[in-house]
Amino acid sequence: MSNEVNGSQNMQEFLKGLWKENPVFVAVLGMCPSLAVTNSAINGLAMGLATTFVLIGSSILVSLLRKVIPKQVRITTYIVIIATFVTVVDFTLQAYFPDIHKALGAFISLIVVNCLILARQESFASKNGQWRSFLDASGMGLGFTFALFTLGAIREVLGNGSLFGVSLFGKAFEPWIVMILPPGGFFVLGLLLLLFNWSAQRRKQRKMQTA
Amino acid sequence: MNELIWIFISALLINNFTLSLFLGLCPFLGVTQRMETAFRLGLANIFVMVITAIAAYILNTWVLIYAPYLRLISFIIVIASVVQFVEIAIKKLSPVLFKALGIFLPLITTNCAILGLALFSTNKGYGFLEGLIYALGAGGGVTIALVLLASIREETRILNIPNVVKGTALNLIIAGILSLAFMGFAGLFGSH
Repeated sequence: MSNEVNGSQNMQEFLKGLWKENPVFVAVLGMCPSLAVTNSAINGLAMGLATTFVLIGSSILVSLLRKVIPKQVRITTYIVIIATFVTVVDFTLQAYFPDIHKALGAFISLIVVNCLILARQESFASKNGQWRSFLDASGMGLGFTFALFTLGAIREVLGNGSLFGVSLFGKAFEPWIVMILPPGGFFVLGLLLLLFNWSAQRRKQRKMQTA
Repeated sequence: MNELIWIFISALLINNFTLSLFLGLCPFLGVTQRMETAFRLGLANIFVMVITAIAAYILNTWVLIYAPYLRLISFIIVIASVVQFVEIAIKKLSPVLFKALGIFLPLITTNCAILGLALFSTNKGYGFLEGLIYALGAGGGVTIALVLLASIREETRILNIPNVVKGTALNLIIAGILSLAFMGFAGLFGSH
């Protein structure tokens, strides 16, 4: 019985990051990479997965060390741990996927200062066991990846008429160039947030009506 | 000399850190309710960026040539601790300056604009003077962006705006329009 409750709770830990507490659309964390590298679907996906790897790695490590890390220097310790994982990702991408590494540029190194990662260490991994921290980190990471991929896909389809580099509409399509330029990032994310706000408000209204 | 002016203008307007490189968006969206606060945050940004440029130059020239794989970790730790030291020093030496900038300093030390500045000027291979000018331009650009957004947001407060749009969604759309305007600077110096 208690096992079953535990199981559904763990599932909740994993699922909340995907939608209800989505790091980008709901919590508005990690803005810089979500706008800077999402000019195509593949870049968004790569950035999301790189961030997920760093998030999972550092969450497990922080959760393992949570009783050893002195409280006064915990933030510094988290940052050193995160920076180590980011260096690993940076060199791995450089060795195996040089094209993606070139497209993302300095933004791979800047995963270190993504506030999403530090926030998960401080508010979750430092208080929970490894398994739950792993679930939380993978949920948040995949939620982040989902958001980045959505942004990248919308911007690529509108701004370039293609998805994953495959042309969708043929020659007659006039690309909406501004969408893959910096202003497009602000506009698309702004409109998506608007959509999220709107659906949250409708849900609240419906709840009030039934109550 | 010409080169230095070009670096400055480029970082200030054309490759504006906030509006075209998307760096330092957290304070950009979070601390722009009031114009005065935004302006002071911008000044603090310039200040930390100049310190960062000096620290990054020293690290790059004397330490990181022996161990390039430590770049990221050492940048972060050194920048954070140098800013902490400077903060303590300012508190002792100039209470007025501390009052104006003090609370913002810890807030922006591990901001991506600061780390981005260190990484970009390393990638571009800037020397000491170039790095310093680059930091001044980038900091000035961030200040311009912060003040612009804050002053528009002050105006929007008296408008009648639907509840759904309020908050980050509106700020992002304003930022998009500002960014669109800044794209106009792109041709300022011909094709570079």
